Amino acid sequence: MDIVAATAQWLADPAHWQGPNGIPLRLGEHVALSGVSILLAALVAMPLGLWIGHTGRLSWFVVSSANAWRALPSLAVIGLLVPFTTLIDPSLGFTLYPTLVAMVVLAGPPILVNSYQGVAGVDRDLVEAARGMGMSERQILFGLEMPVALPVLATGIRSAAVQVIATATLGATFGFGGLGRYIVLGDASQDNGELFGGVVLVAALALGTLGLFVLLERRLASPGLTTRTAG
Amino acid sequence: MNGEPLVRWDWIFAHTGPILDRVGQHLYLAVLAVAIGFAISFVLAAIAIRRRRLYPLVTLLATAVYTIPSFAMFAALVVVTGLSTFTAEVPLVLYTFVLLVPNIVAGFDSVPQDVLDAADGMGYTAGQRWWRVELPLAIPLVVSGLRLATVSTIGLVTVSAILGNQFGGLGYYILDGYHRTFTTEILVGGLLSIALAVLADFGFVLLQRLLTPWSAARAAAR
Repeated sequence: MDIVAATAQWLADPAHWQGPNGIPLRLGEHVALSGVSILLAALVAMPLGLWIGHTGRLSWFVVSSANAWRALPSLAVIGLLVPFTTLIDPSLGFTLYPTLVAMVVLAGPPILVNSYQGVAGVDRDLVEAARGMGMSERQILFGLEMPVALPVLATGIRSAAVQVIATATLGATFGFGGLGRYIVLGDASQDNGELFGGVVLVAALALGTLGLFVLLERRLASPGLTTRTAG
Repeated sequence: MNGEPLVRWDWIFAHTGPILDRVGQHLYLAVLAVAIGFAISFVLAAIAIRRRRLYPLVTLLATAVYTIPSFAMFAALVVVTGLSTFTAEVPLVLYTFVLLVPNIVAGFDSVPQDVLDAADGMGYTAGQRWWRVELPLAIPLVVSGLRLATVSTIGLVTVSAILGNQFGGLGYYILDGYHRTFTTEILVGGLLSIALAVLADFGFVLLQRLLTPWSAARAAAR
């Protein structure tokens, strides 16, 4: 029970809620890094996935590469980036960039696969009807396929976000801050309150993100559609 | 870093013994976790198949567990259960459920009712029907679940390096190399753990072909 008490005490201490190692700042770092990497990944993966889904070209690439991409262990990716990012910038390349780039790599596949599957899964009769009505390819993609595929797209963003939020914790072992820092610091100083405080915060953030996206997706799904989601 | 060459081959050649030990530990931790995870998942899936209403609850719990960062789970567990293989295995086992249970359930769901009726009509007992009809037909999806779980577990084993030097498999070299700013060590740990994951993935593709010869024959006939 002392762990629970120590954790509650650590979390309740106002000193831990301010300053450069305070919870709001660490939470901000964690969320900012995750948000930026998901955004960067989405900027590349989503247009690519939509294009592949719409044209049907290169679909073998999505199917075959996405699984291999997912096999990459995140810790290995962060570590392997260090020697190269330090060449570019000795300080940020040792602390921020490895985790940031690894999180972009992690977020890419679910967004790519779901953008592709979402668009490719749109009923072909609908697309043919739109084409017959004289809609341009651009209109078909943005006016028909994307709205229909929206729930699947959202699921892709959700899996990316949940994975990135959870995995960004690893950045704390590679000089990045974020909420994982408390786990590293608590472990080093054998302060169970801090360690478990960090665990609680990180788990709450990850589960909260999952819950938020599930709620968001319910609102996004058009009631007339029954879509099969992947991932 | 430090003006050294990117790869110091002499270090690698001087450490082939420990590196191979780490590969062995990596595989041991991963295989043990997937084996235990598979046994538990099979029971969970069997319960979910019999009692359909429990299935959403099982997947919800598995997803929630999967969402908890591995780094946090290892760090928290070591305080409670101490430094042991048990501590390294528990998170790895827990993370397999979300990949294994849905695939096992989907595998048995994919067996057509006609086929089951035919087996009954031919006088199979429930046990015979399960062994000779249901299990073989469920295998493709079960094996693809195992494939996902194995690859993901091989990746997660690296994270157990945060428990201490005696764990982590190849992940030990990634963290140690980072702390000592020794690139060769990071490359050895990182590239070999990726290689293990990719080889495991490839191995399962072969296994799937061996276990379901009819699907390859069907593909060839097309």
